[in-house]
Amino acid sequence: MAVKENSPLEQFEISRLVDIQVGGLDASFTNSSLMMVIVLALAVVSLGAGMRRRAMVPGRWQSIVELTYEFIADMLRENVGSEGRRYFPFVFTLFMFILLCNLLGLVPYSFTVTSHIVVTFALAAIVFVGVTVIALVRHGVRFFTFFVPPGLPVVLAPLLVPIEVISYLARPVTLSLRLFANMMAGHTMLKVFGGFVVALGLFGFAPFVFIIAIYALELIVAVLQAYVFTVLTCLYLNDAIHLQH
Amino acid sequence: MPQLATADFAPQLIWLAITFVALYLVMWRVVLPRIVDVLEERQRRIDDDLVTAEGLKREADEALGAYEKALADARADAHGTASETRDAIKKQAAEREAELDATLARENEASDARIRAAQEEGRAHVRHIASDAARAVTRRLIGAAVDDAAAAAAVDAALAGDR
Repeated sequence: MAVKENSPLEQFEISRLVDIQVGGLDASFTNSSLMMVIVLALAVVSLGAGMRRRAMVPGRWQSIVELTYEFIADMLRENVGSEGRRYFPFVFTLFMFILLCNLLGLVPYSFTVTSHIVVTFALAAIVFVGVTVIALVRHGVRFFTFFVPPGLPVVLAPLLVPIEVISYLARPVTLSLRLFANMMAGHTMLKVFGGFVVALGLFGFAPFVFIIAIYALELIVAVLQAYVFTVLTCLYLNDAIHLQH
Repeated sequence: MPQLATADFAPQLIWLAITFVALYLVMWRVVLPRIVDVLEERQRRIDDDLVTAEGLKREADEALGAYEKALADARADAHGTASETRDAIKKQAAEREAELDATLARENEASDARIRAAQEEGRAHVRHIASDAARAVTRRLIGAAVDDAAAAAAVDAALAGDR
């Protein structure tokens, strides 16, 4: 299912670098895998190196690491409370992974891992399944009262309960689509205007300026979408732990 | 759309699982404990420093209080000494004045007495001269000799009349 050469969608093509088959499963090392490994390495190196000296008065690098830590820690504390501390490593990992995938995807000629719905959906599914399991373990059957808003008139129950259930089940879809669509739209737009720059020759100056503006916007979107994904994860976690609307 | 190529799903999901789990383990086991260590160590240090600073401030306050008390004591002392000295000087001055007054009064009295004595003496001389003169005048005028006693009595009478 190859995409036409020079199409704006060509950048999303998965290409196999090393063919690997494990028990009939295609586990090939692709350009996407390469970016994931780079993200992993970058995260480990930058966070590890930042904290290597464990300075009492942090340097710049250590400050960035500590600020990131406190940013996520505050987010979790504000949205979930003290019970959320157990899930901090996961939330932190989620944020770092999405943030670095988004940002590294903006490097020219690289690949944006989060521009693939299957990746964002997998991440959203982990969150959704995890949150639901936490809620079921914590509250047992009482979890299902979550779908009945407090003070709901009995007459409206047949109407509102299905809506609540559907909105709950839609969470992984909206969560993954939001990230995927933002990434894909941004990168496609960059590519389309990049094509204009070449096609217009001298007048390509105008779309070029526009691309710079869009690129700056995409940097914001990259950080913002990682933030949004993480905040929503925190909110879902809060629902699971406190069963509140 | 390359995102819908189902053949590419498996490798992406497998590598996502591998890298995400690896990242999670590194964060959970290595990076986050380090950050927590550093932050807690710093917080403890700050708290310690705050406690020390509070102690030092209390000491400084105490020292300041002691200093102020010493200053107030010294001031009160100085005030007392000054008023004592002033009183002593005043008393001394009063004594001296009284002594001077007494001396002056004594001398006054003495000179009064001397003046009175001189007056008496003068008056006695006047009487004597007057009686002599009276006798001499009488002898010349009438040739009669008047004895001393009679002349003196006459003079006395005349003097008494003058008075």
